[in-house]
Amino acid sequence: MMKRNQLVLGNKTLKDITEDIVKPVETLPSKQWLSLFLSAKVLLLFYISMIAIIIANGMGLLGVNNPVAWGTMIITFVFWIGIGHAGTLISAILFLFRQKWRTSVARTAEAMTVFAVMTAGIFPLIHTGRPWLDFWLFPYPNQRGPLWTNFRSPLLWDVFAVSTYATVSAVFWYIGMVPDLATIRDRAVHPLRKKIYGILSFGWRGTAKQWSHFEMLYMLLAGLSTPLVLSVHTIVSFDFAVSNVPGWHTTIFPPYFVAGAIFSGFGMVVTLMTLVRIGFPQFKDYITIDHMEVMNKIIMATGLMVGYAYGSEFFIAWYSGNAYEKFAFINRAFGPYAWSYWIMICCNVVIPQLFWKKSFRRSIPIMFTVSIFVNIGMWFERFVITVTSLHRDFLPSSWGMYAWSFFDTGVLVGSFGLFLTLFLLYLRVLPAISIAEVKPVMNVGKETHGGHHG
Amino acid sequence: MAKFKKGIAGIFLTEEQVVKAAHKTREMGFTKFEALSPYPIHGMEEACGIKRSWIPYVTFIAGLTGMTAGLLFTWWTSAVNWTLNIGGKPFWSLPAFIPIIFELTILFAALSSVAAMLYACGIPKVSPPIIDKDITSHKFAVFIPHDDTGYDEKKVEDLMKSLGAAEVKKAEF
Repeated sequence: MMKRNQLVLGNKTLKDITEDIVKPVETLPSKQWLSLFLSAKVLLLFYISMIAIIIANGMGLLGVNNPVAWGTMIITFVFWIGIGHAGTLISAILFLFRQKWRTSVARTAEAMTVFAVMTAGIFPLIHTGRPWLDFWLFPYPNQRGPLWTNFRSPLLWDVFAVSTYATVSAVFWYIGMVPDLATIRDRAVHPLRKKIYGILSFGWRGTAKQWSHFEMLYMLLAGLSTPLVLSVHTIVSFDFAVSNVPGWHTTIFPPYFVAGAIFSGFGMVVTLMTLVRIGFPQFKDYITIDHMEVMNKIIMATGLMVGYAYGSEFFIAWYSGNAYEKFAFINRAFGPYAWSYWIMICCNVVIPQLFWKKSFRRSIPIMFTVSIFVNIGMWFERFVITVTSLHRDFLPSSWGMYAWSFFDTGVLVGSFGLFLTLFLLYLRVLPAISIAEVKPVMNVGKETHGGHHG
Repeated sequence: MAKFKKGIAGIFLTEEQVVKAAHKTREMGFTKFEALSPYPIHGMEEACGIKRSWIPYVTFIAGLTGMTAGLLFTWWTSAVNWTLNIGGKPFWSLPAFIPIIFELTILFAALSSVAAMLYACGIPKVSPPIIDKDITSHKFAVFIPHDDTGYDEKKVEDLMKSLGAAEVKKAEF
């Protein structure tokens, strides 16, 4: 029989688990955290000023033009939304599949989802060009008819999909945290801390009845989030696939986008988790090398799916016999943007193959490096899809190039400032590992107890 | 809901003890008791005689409501209230409305389920009395309120002690 590896190392007692996990919340920040936070904060201020300048002066500051009317804003939107998907996969889909290893990474992955969706949501709002009119995206009674929104447009589907996704994942994340916030409340010494966490924890007491309803709700939300997360990236892919631009108009897009989203999201989870393990060494007993290895396997599997999609697109471009489709793909690989295409192939398909070797899957420096390449590669995937398809479509007379500007770099780099500021704050004020979820699985893989329902 | 009940609580140190205690308390004929734990325990619902949560019914009805609302709203705005010819597509373009209807189904179902859970758990609650601050960390408790059938201070204290409670105290809950 296969022996299970321990999910929690170090023979912890219940008290040890509580203390380990709430330690970052109850102690003063370390110098490393402060320096990271200040850097993130500076980047955030830079981002805010970039956005302010772009809104004040107009979209012309970015590289968008005719024919490449979709640029950094859309590319980076899809990039961040995709990153969010791994969090929901870990917290909802792996929960439904009863994957117990997910418990210690779920909270932080879900936090990553919430922050990534927040970061993503800003881009299309600015992309509209006149963000002060963004409320037009929602159907509301108005004095222009009333002129309703066009429900046949994939862009409007996106408004509904992304706002529902943001709402449901934030609620899922928060509700899961309520019992842990009660733990912090009960440990609090300072009355102000007690008060704040008392409000945040809703007065949770942990009675058997409460747990019964709580567990049921958790399962229901996981069940609802699962089709939701698949629908979100499907709908994001519709933004492209419903148009008739060669290179976009393909039926493979929804599954290809979902696989890519999970791939990039796990890349980001591994990046963040390796850093969290360095910053909070006591978490190494909860987020073990085994956990990291499993995530690396998922990176490799989804990377292969993405690679298959790249190949399949090329095959169909040839097999369909459509001259425009064929040209779009030859142009991707050998045209003026070939460099971006090969960066994408290299980062997403070639480099993750390192994980075939077990010692590489379990090496922190290697997985960190690979995850950074995955992040880069997946940004370039969206760049390739968006820019190379638009820059040369049907009429050679209307071909052109994307005019990348300083402001494109500014919003791309700056968005990490927003994401990292939120993430670093989260690590210090909220329990970064689910205390109440880790305790029931603490004996999995131990000789004496055994995971009897594993 | 602001009134809290007085009663007696037994504090336990292990999961096995508290499940056994809850089971025994129920066998003794108490019905209003509460079992507290820092995390959900397998078998606790059976020990306390708690029925399956009714939240899924709320989820189902709210989901259906969201679906109907999405269907009616897209139909009414696009095909009744202000019709616009968009690319020659029919005013009532059901397939194109499915993503909206789907998202509203999920949104209604999820938010209503959360509201139902809050209602079912009696939260948010302002400053509820806490029997022991370690119950949300590493201790367990069974609390029997004074108005429960067959409540008798002496009897309850003895019962808790015989079940292996590390501490028995008068508490408010």
